[in-house]
Amino acid sequence: MSQCPVCDNDLSLGADTLKGELLECDDCGTELEVTSIDPLKIEVAPEAEEDWGQ
Amino acid sequence: MGTIRVGFLHSLIRKEEKLLVTEFKKRPNVELVMLDDREMTFDLTAKPEVDVIVERSINHSRALHALRLFQSLGIPCVNTYDVSLTCGDKILTAVALKDHDVPQPDLRTALPETSALEAIEELGYPVVLKPAVGSWGRLLSKINDRDAAETILEHKTVLGSYHHSIFFIQKYIAKKGRDIRAFVVGGECIAAIYRSSEHWITNTARGASASNCPITPELADICVAAAEAVGGGVLAVDLFETEEGLLVNEVNYTMEFRNSIDTTGVNIPDKVIDFVLSSART
Repeated sequence: MSQCPVCDNDLSLGADTLKGELLECDDCGTELEVTSIDPLKIEVAPEAEEDWGQ
Repeated sequence: MGTIRVGFLHSLIRKEEKLLVTEFKKRPNVELVMLDDREMTFDLTAKPEVDVIVERSINHSRALHALRLFQSLGIPCVNTYDVSLTCGDKILTAVALKDHDVPQPDLRTALPETSALEAIEELGYPVVLKPAVGSWGRLLSKINDRDAAETILEHKTVLGSYHHSIFFIQKYIAKKGRDIRAFVVGGECIAAIYRSSEHWITNTARGASASNCPITPELADICVAAAEAVGGGVLAVDLFETEEGLLVNEVNYTMEFRNSIDTTGVNIPDKVIDFVLSSART
């Protein structure tokens, strides 16, 4: 179990979660990134950049 | 059959990347090597031990340079550097479509602000001004008259980064509320959706709704021709329906398909993986 870094909501992640995976907190709606699997670390996802797509 | 090592070039893992990884893991004799472009360094000679690269990077600039570096080491890439270079720039895409006689909306390109205004007036209002590099319908401007043209061109020139001073101007096509996105994999049009919205921008990233679009011979032919024009591979072709027939708007090389699997009933990741594995070194 991990918490949303913005609102502390409990997040449940599947066993197949990948490093770099994007999630949305189902409480506050913040887009999050799984930045590490072991140890599990979740951060606010980076803002979209100009050349993102598509 | 030996194991195929697939290098999966990525940054953030969106739904599309997760779907592809999940499908790859179902395949026998495939080893997936995750390559995060945010952590990679290249020295021009060290060759990653992979048989093929599948490019799923969210950043166009990183994807482009990584593909060039991988290809210089003799590793097959899906899509190739040349395809990514062409599709990542709307001006280069337009040239490729023109060279292969693929119908597209009337357009102009212009370099300085003054000639952009001339080009807009030559095309006639309304027009759509697009950044040559950009996605998800961002920074598109529908320009209905000269006042708006002068204002937007000035803002782009003063406030935009340097590539906003290269102007890609397309004749506005009245879409009647929808356009088409079709998926081409290895020379076959495998699925298509209508993208419907009351807004003139019909990207699903901007809230347009997706519904199944039957693949007619006309649609398949123009999509395959567009894909071939840019070099082929795994591509999403955006099209307008007009009285004169279909027109190709854009061709996307790191295609998003999350809204199109259930909508079309086609397992798009499965088809992509078949193509990637067929492209691997043997």
